[in-house]
Amino acid sequence: MSSTLDVEAPATDPRDEPPARHRSSGDVARTVVRGISQTLITLGLVALLFVVYQLWVTDLLAARAQDRLTEQLQDQWAGSPALDTPGATDPTEGTPPADGSAPPTHTPAPIEAGIGDPFAILHIPRLGDDYARVVVQGSSEVQLEQGPGHYVDTAMPGEQGNFSVAGHRVGRGSPFLDLDRMRPGDAIVVETADSWFVYRVLGDPATGEFTGDPTGIPGREVVRPSQVSVIAPTPGGGEPTGAYLTLTTCHPRYSAAQRLILHARLDGAPISKAAAPDGPAALAG
Amino acid sequence: MYGWIWRHLPGGAALRTAQALVLVLAVVALLLFVVFPWVEPRLPFTSVTVGS
Repeated sequence: MSSTLDVEAPATDPRDEPPARHRSSGDVARTVVRGISQTLITLGLVALLFVVYQLWVTDLLAARAQDRLTEQLQDQWAGSPALDTPGATDPTEGTPPADGSAPPTHTPAPIEAGIGDPFAILHIPRLGDDYARVVVQGSSEVQLEQGPGHYVDTAMPGEQGNFSVAGHRVGRGSPFLDLDRMRPGDAIVVETADSWFVYRVLGDPATGEFTGDPTGIPGREVVRPSQVSVIAPTPGGGEPTGAYLTLTTCHPRYSAAQRLILHARLDGAPISKAAAPDGPAALAG
Repeated sequence: MYGWIWRHLPGGAALRTAQALVLVLAVVALLLFVVFPWVEPRLPFTSVTVGS
């Protein structure tokens, strides 16, 4: 018997042959339990894989998108007529205006960007000396996959109104992961084709309180997702009364129950890139 | 399920292991690059904007 089996079916798994005897109810129960447990283990592994995807794979994808956008933006800016002003082509000379007048006030060129186009770089020294993220136009998921996205209906950098940007807290490069580390008075520097704009988080830098700005606008707040007034021309609502910047992200981390909001106001006049090719002093810390 | 797949892969143990590995990698790739990107916006974890 055993010799016959060895000769006839040496490579065949014995389980391939259905057992001749009738399956007992114990076998059926075992098969069902095994099937359920395997399904559960599989679901667990898929859930773990999703965490890996959310925390690391999306970071890789976003980093690639940011690299591409940076290149696109540099090309765009290199060909921008705004930089072809005298002095911009030869910044090493750095001669002040020859007519002896005070440096002319720099008027930034208006920015136009189609949905999905990069148009500015966000520098936040508090989040790292080399923290720089390309901002794209539009705040739907497609744009936010690539980097911080600008709410289309809000002001552009430097304009009167509220330059509002949304960004992911966790995953997709986590651009706004550490937004809760921002303190009152911290600089948020926005770089455009021809200008630097320095915004400062509202609040009292001496005490670290986010409240206390004369306008009553807090530097940081946590709101319901439906509270769109945080990106109104004047945060909280009302007509434009100044040039503000608002960042929105989810809160708490790994959740979408609330939104963490940062408000900042433009600090000083826009700085021409021709005058400061390496950025304003605020960028250094 | 896994036993059934294993029994239906041709070849010896080594060949079956290689095929099983390829199958696992294929499923992982399908999940990472097709299923998860599709599922993600439908889950509530990733909303960062304000709006109604």
